[in-house]
Amino acid sequence: MLSIYWSYLTTSLAWQFQYRVAMAIYMAGRLLEPTVYLVVWTTVAEARGGSVGGYTASGFAAYYIVLMLVNQFTFTWIMHEYQYRIRSGTLSAVLLKPVHPIHSDLADNFGYKILTSVIIFPAAAFLYWLFDPVFTSSLILFGVFLGSMVLAYLLRFLIEWTLALVSFWTTRNESFNQMYFMLGLFLSGRIAPLDLLPEWLQTTAGWMPFKWAVAFPAEIVLGRLTQQEINEGFVVQLFWLGFGLVIHRIVWWRGIRKYSAVGA
Amino acid sequence: MPSISVNSLSKTYSVPERDAGVAAAFKSLFNRKTKDVKAVDEISFSVEPGEVVGFLGPNGAGKTTSLKMLSGLLYPTGGEVNVLGHTPSRRERDFLSRITLVMGQRNQLIWDIPVIDSLQRNRAVYRISWAEYEDTLAELKSLLDLDELLSKPVRNLSLGERMKCEIAAALLHKPSVLFLDEPTIGLDVTMQRRIRDFVAEYNRKYEATVLLTSHYMADVEALCKRVIVIHHGRILFDGDLADLVTKFSPNKTIIVELETEGTDLSGYGEVIESDGNRYSLRVSKSDTPPVTAKLLADQPVIDLTVEDPPIESVIEQVFSEG
Repeated sequence: MLSIYWSYLTTSLAWQFQYRVAMAIYMAGRLLEPTVYLVVWTTVAEARGGSVGGYTASGFAAYYIVLMLVNQFTFTWIMHEYQYRIRSGTLSAVLLKPVHPIHSDLADNFGYKILTSVIIFPAAAFLYWLFDPVFTSSLILFGVFLGSMVLAYLLRFLIEWTLALVSFWTTRNESFNQMYFMLGLFLSGRIAPLDLLPEWLQTTAGWMPFKWAVAFPAEIVLGRLTQQEINEGFVVQLFWLGFGLVIHRIVWWRGIRKYSAVGA
Repeated sequence: MPSISVNSLSKTYSVPERDAGVAAAFKSLFNRKTKDVKAVDEISFSVEPGEVVGFLGPNGAGKTTSLKMLSGLLYPTGGEVNVLGHTPSRRERDFLSRITLVMGQRNQLIWDIPVIDSLQRNRAVYRISWAEYEDTLAELKSLLDLDELLSKPVRNLSLGERMKCEIAAALLHKPSVLFLDEPTIGLDVTMQRRIRDFVAEYNRKYEATVLLTSHYMADVEALCKRVIVIHHGRILFDGDLADLVTKFSPNKTIIVELETEGTDLSGYGEVIESDGNRYSLRVSKSDTPPVTAKLLADQPVIDLTVEDPPIESVIEQVFSEG
């Protein structure tokens, strides 16, 4: 299996290199979003006499720089892609291979993250220099953060890959995707740190997977969580991962029964 | 034990249906009508190891749907399929490692990178050892003349070149069963022959079972001793290609060359072509011997041949009767 992954990764890198400019443009968009929120929140903090809900301007800077990195490393584009694969029938070629298609997608995603790290790290360094954030972290917390990142990456990938399979049942799923992305914007801590949201929205976020795929690792490394909250968070991440695995298996087998292999 | 056995296999698609116009579109929001279309209707057949079978039928007959069910892409609505001891829809790794489906004009090669990269990816996916990969690749390279092509990105290849590379990618793992859906579509005559020769060679060398659909009768005549004719999802004929002609064509064609031009031969049979002193007559099989004798006796014959009608016209006749 390792040799299959290695082969997927190398071919994936080879074709992604072909689209360097497109990648740079997409990345500019991905950098812009957290930067805009960062500017807005630091401005608000300064206008409110230095802080909002316990976050100073430097606190916001630290939060958004870390969040940008977490979001970049865990995001997927598979929900946009599956509809095309099913409608055009290109999924057929993948289905004929003796390896589950999720593996090549995982390798593609990982390959993209490796390539884009040459943009995202300098961008984070630039924001660091510009906004002067304050980090109160530790080496241990950083280790814990890395563990939660692995789980966040896998659970987000699995959940979004499974949701992408909705395309087996609907011919167009853009509106469904849009709804998911809107929820994600609010509930993963991207539009604002979750502890600044109303109580009921924070509770909702706890019950949804978004927080555990994005905000949770960021909050760990920023030292905003107690040991108990960290422990509970890992349990929830593992729950979502397990739940995702079960749902993925059911949806996949039902989906391919439904697949009509149009056009190919 | 047969390589492929199919028993009462069916596939029904549920297709949404509505009248033209905005009013009908609005109505369909509340009352969505669907229609069941039987693409494949209880077909049964079996194919022995090493056999090459032509799967013939007009567009929409159910050929491709059948191949997709046999290769595990589509889930059958009814009936049973067994390929190499596996139920295709279970998509077991051992099954997928031993079959291939080549669809003309469709690609499994990655568009933007050199062909060789896609082949190496397939090597890993099919768990082929490097030594075996090198051997097979060398063989495919010489049989399909791939040397110049492997380092080019797929998008820079011509259709024929791409098809050769597609076939190489599809056969790298030396499958025992080949499903070839229009493998020569859109190719020029030379390239068609090349692919045809290659399939024949592959079948001979590896005793692979081949199920092939093609609109080019030359492919079928060159490769398939046996044909299965499918129309409206049902099997109309399953047997030797030669028997298809006997069964479905009640006529023969007499081609006669006379010393004179402009002779009226309509009394002997239906004149289907006349070119100077050369005439083609369509005559029923039973009348062929007496008409031939009469022509030789009555007319100044230079040359006379009796032929079966071209296979295309026999097939056309089968479809029109079906």
